[in-house]
Amino acid sequence: MNLLVVSGPPSSGKTSVILRTAAAFKNRGLKTGVVKFDCLYTDDDLLYEKEGIPVKKGLSGALCPDHFFASNIEEVVAWGKKQELAILITESAGLCNRCSPYLDGVKGICVIDNLSGINTPKKIGPMLKTADIVVITKGDIVSQAEREVFTARVTAVNPGAVVMHVNGLSGQGAYELSTLLYDEEQDIDTLEGRKLRFPMPSALCSYCLGETRIGEKFQLGNVKKVDWQESNRDM
Amino acid sequence: MSQSIRAKKMGELMEKYPFLEDFFLQNRLFTQNAQDFTLEQYLNSLSEEEIEEKALDIRKIPEEMEDYIRQVEEFLGIREEQSVSSLTILPGYTKDKVPESFEKLRLVPSQITSIVGPTGSGKSRLLADIEWTAQADTPTGRTILINDKKPDLKWRFSSNNRLVAQLSQNMNFIMDLGVREFLEMHAQSRMAAQPEETIRRIMDAANELAGEKFSENTPVTGLSGGQSRALMIADTAILSASPIVLIDEIENAGIDREKALKLLVSEDKIVLIATHDPFLALMADQRIVIQNGGINRILPTNSEEKVLLEKLSDMDRTIQKLRSDLRSGKALQGTDISL
Repeated sequence: MNLLVVSGPPSSGKTSVILRTAAAFKNRGLKTGVVKFDCLYTDDDLLYEKEGIPVKKGLSGALCPDHFFASNIEEVVAWGKKQELAILITESAGLCNRCSPYLDGVKGICVIDNLSGINTPKKIGPMLKTADIVVITKGDIVSQAEREVFTARVTAVNPGAVVMHVNGLSGQGAYELSTLLYDEEQDIDTLEGRKLRFPMPSALCSYCLGETRIGEKFQLGNVKKVDWQESNRDM
Repeated sequence: MSQSIRAKKMGELMEKYPFLEDFFLQNRLFTQNAQDFTLEQYLNSLSEEEIEEKALDIRKIPEEMEDYIRQVEEFLGIREEQSVSSLTILPGYTKDKVPESFEKLRLVPSQITSIVGPTGSGKSRLLADIEWTAQADTPTGRTILINDKKPDLKWRFSSNNRLVAQLSQNMNFIMDLGVREFLEMHAQSRMAAQPEETIRRIMDAANELAGEKFSENTPVTGLSGGQSRALMIADTAILSASPIVLIDEIENAGIDREKALKLLVSEDKIVLIATHDPFLALMADQRIVIQNGGINRILPTNSEEKVLLEKLSDMDRTIQKLRSDLRSGKALQGTDISL
């Protein structure tokens, strides 16, 4: 079984890209399944079901979906094996753009959209930087100039990645993407012992643990303050 | 090479590859005071805290820098080569696997080809085949040749060398910038050799196309539909590196469409235009008729159609004149139309 880890900011078009790509896999006779990770709510599973794609969803609730992903991925793979999938795709959107759920030895795909603004590549960190393939969407609604600037900035952040443009509405580019994803040689049985490509942020403070009161004396753990002395260039 | 780049002084690197500035900027690395450090020393000077805060993986940075340098140099090299002198489409199949009947279709710069056919007939697929430089490995089975040869894979995978630039009706500017700043940013990312000159040419060309003039300080999001389209076309013609331009209709509002197509052609672009507007379709040298996923026919624009185009062109000018009269507050008269 092939495993593909798809990540990207909310509403960047991950589901549309996966649906279009899965259609191309289906034409090749490859059985594809999807596990969708989200935070509070998703009904994307219905979209997959409608296309006859086996789907499972996991809501992380109070946790970050990417952390939740890391603690559940073993079971996800077991589910995919049981479904006898040729390709298992996981889809998740982190909360803060800081995490990346990619694993060593497993293709990682980052989906970002032109509409999110040209400073996005700089903002989203390891999720973009450590991806193997970057898929840029919504190119049909911004100008050619903005598309080119956006792509150039993605390349500056992740020069080693293959950058693909996919139109989630017409499907243009999805077939081409699908040819880069399936690897006949790869057969993932278990992920035991594999590693995340980049550590998740160490954000453990009292507010992570449910504190609601504001004030210095309620702030415990990994607490960081804005630097008010120097220029705020780094912020 | 990784070993040697690590030992290079930051100042030397920046001097040799000025575009690295953008690499450092996009990766949130501040290098102002590091001129005399080697790359290795600079990376080692970052504190553990900074590395964690900025989510960096410093072991990988030298390698990424090399990738980036290679990509940019390839891009600059291609620009100098002026590399596309023809694009050839070899036939594949329709959706029902019936072979396409044309022998081959060769497109050259400064040539306009229109594409007609119902929605869903396969226009997007044709374009995708071109963009991917298909080698009988897409659902249509078509093959694309560049300069009469099997294309280099760089057209598929190099992110800065896209074969096709696209302009469609749904496109908008989304950036919060004035026209000048906008063009400066685009020129910088394209590494234009003479940005000032290029920007001036785009401004002049765009104002030439737009029914209503605009200034450098106008925010791009505040441009009218016609002005936006004019700026997008001028910018794509003059600044985009893509040798092929695909246009999806140009609505007949506030823009001189004839001049727009002529501008693209004068910049040596191969122009494809998907349209059902008779004026635009006949402006083309030939048109491709798409049906059921396949290229059904290729029709050169015949002499009768050229005569018709003259009349359509008169009508177009008449309507533009009426529009501009309305804009300037004039009353219109029955004699304004003489057809």
